[in-house]
Amino acid sequence: MMKEGQLRIPSGCAIAAVIDRDGGRMPGSLVTEAMRPMHERSNGLGGGFAGYGIYPEYRDFYALHFFFENRDARKSCEASLKERFEIVQSELIPTRKIPTVTDEPVIWRYFVDPLKSCLAAEQVDEREFVVRTVMKINTENRGGYVFSSGKNMGAFKAVGYPEDVSEFYRLEEYEGYAWTAHGRYPTNTPGWWGGAHPFTLLDWSVVHNGEISSYDANRRWIEMFGYKCTLQTDTEVITYIMDYLLRRQGLTLEEAASVVAAPFWSKIDAMQDPKAAEKLRYLRTVFPSLLVTGPFSIVLGFDGGLMALNDRLKLRSMVVGEKGSRVYIASEEAAIRAMEPEAENIFAPVGGEPVIVTLNRKGGAD
Amino acid sequence: MDGKTISAKGLDSRAINDAIREAGDCLLTDCLGQRFIGAGMNTEDITIEGIPGNALGAYCNGARITVHGSAQDAVGDTMNDGVIVVHGSIGDAAGYAMRGGKIFVRGNAGYRAGIHMKEYKEKVPLIVIGGCAGCFLGEYQAGGVIVVLGLDAAGPIVGDFPCTGMHGGKMFLRGSCAGITFPPQVTARTATAEDMASIRVPLEEFAALFGQNADELLASEFTVVTPDSRNPYQRMYVGN
Repeated sequence: MMKEGQLRIPSGCAIAAVIDRDGGRMPGSLVTEAMRPMHERSNGLGGGFAGYGIYPEYRDFYALHFFFENRDARKSCEASLKERFEIVQSELIPTRKIPTVTDEPVIWRYFVDPLKSCLAAEQVDEREFVVRTVMKINTENRGGYVFSSGKNMGAFKAVGYPEDVSEFYRLEEYEGYAWTAHGRYPTNTPGWWGGAHPFTLLDWSVVHNGEISSYDANRRWIEMFGYKCTLQTDTEVITYIMDYLLRRQGLTLEEAASVVAAPFWSKIDAMQDPKAAEKLRYLRTVFPSLLVTGPFSIVLGFDGGLMALNDRLKLRSMVVGEKGSRVYIASEEAAIRAMEPEAENIFAPVGGEPVIVTLNRKGGAD
Repeated sequence: MDGKTISAKGLDSRAINDAIREAGDCLLTDCLGQRFIGAGMNTEDITIEGIPGNALGAYCNGARITVHGSAQDAVGDTMNDGVIVVHGSIGDAAGYAMRGGKIFVRGNAGYRAGIHMKEYKEKVPLIVIGGCAGCFLGEYQAGGVIVVLGLDAAGPIVGDFPCTGMHGGKMFLRGSCAGITFPPQVTARTATAEDMASIRVPLEEFAALFGQNADELLASEFTVVTPDSRNPYQRMYVGN
């Protein structure tokens, strides 16, 4: 069987997300409810979740979630991990045996702290160090694959329907201030656990409904900066674009949204505010290869918030609603109502205009 | 309404439609995202509580569907006859390739309402949107009538790029449409008394459904948009 990365994978998909702006913690089972009415948007070949604020007891350490092909792969990867990190905790990720999720790899997590001496030797900051390590492990083909690498957050994904994946990973036992969820409908893929969404790097995670047509243009650009697209899935490249624009280039979320879903030139030319138009022209000129074309609706998760974004032609659906301190995002209104029947202020964001929701106070998830 | 009550809880799309066909006229409660409700139905009168899923009333062929909340994407996809009434708002691509029947929405419509609507002889589909419409309204419209009232609108009542590729049918937009840019192949002009007479019946039906005043609506200024030619693409490939 071919694995992800040996075959191009267009996908349909369902997405959902929730955040409590006051930092109140919600079990992973809440966002799982959103996936039930959207069951038909997936075909059982991939489901996944990202939870933020789920590891408060290890909040200062990077949580590395791994798929290993076997025990030997784990031993080999762990040995090289120890050369770069202090491993604070190492354990199997708890799972539940269910008939609908099968053929699981060895699923392990490490809470790690980068070795200061290695940081000094490589002359990079901690986050760049972690990114380089993840890229190295994921391209070495030693049977280990990192699918989550942020602090106080984690991704959980598998081949299966999202409701089943949630049960498999016992997500009702985790509590986070924000969750994203994805149900996958790849149409010509073997389906591999690593290819399920969310795609993550550091604390960035992306769930995506759509099929971007600029994949290769985006990939060629982003691979110039050390990112390695190993899976040929369009979502992976969006994750790396976000890391590049937000962490390395220091753009704001709004600016990053204006790069990947840039307004049409005709709209920029018609803008009343010359300074705003000038900025958009600048972003389109500097990052032309990071314009993402084709249909997409994505939710970007990050430390302290979520950003929802549609392609500028809005070729995929996305709805936002709220209730109290919570904000809900999903491909369908029914999914929001499954999480909160009394959700208010339901609206569909305009294509290309990001909806950014952040915690009212940083660290509110404590 | 006489008829049975069906709870949609725990039922999938097929089971719901089977139950509706058996019941005839009915009230469907606890709806949560189930698709294709009323698809292809001919005579049923269906009232829905909750959120019906995508493709509500697809291929509808004469049934009457009333939704007390909002509906999702592709309402009335390829609808042929009948009436769909939505008291809330609707998602994207409503009335996709619709070729007959009527859709009335009290709230807003998402992107691409009326995409590729068409008409033939007495089959003239109609969409009336009480609120505002999103971008690409009437994209590739080939026939039928789209009315946007913009009730309670603070800004423009349609989004960007309306009438892209429009080559048939007619659009009525309440107000002067100042600030809205139309593509070059269509003409936007102020509605005449004759134009308004042609939408009197639909607006009276809309007003009766949602408690509005038809005379006030009919007295407002409307902009009519029509394509410049019935066959603008006649020389694109071959002479036809």
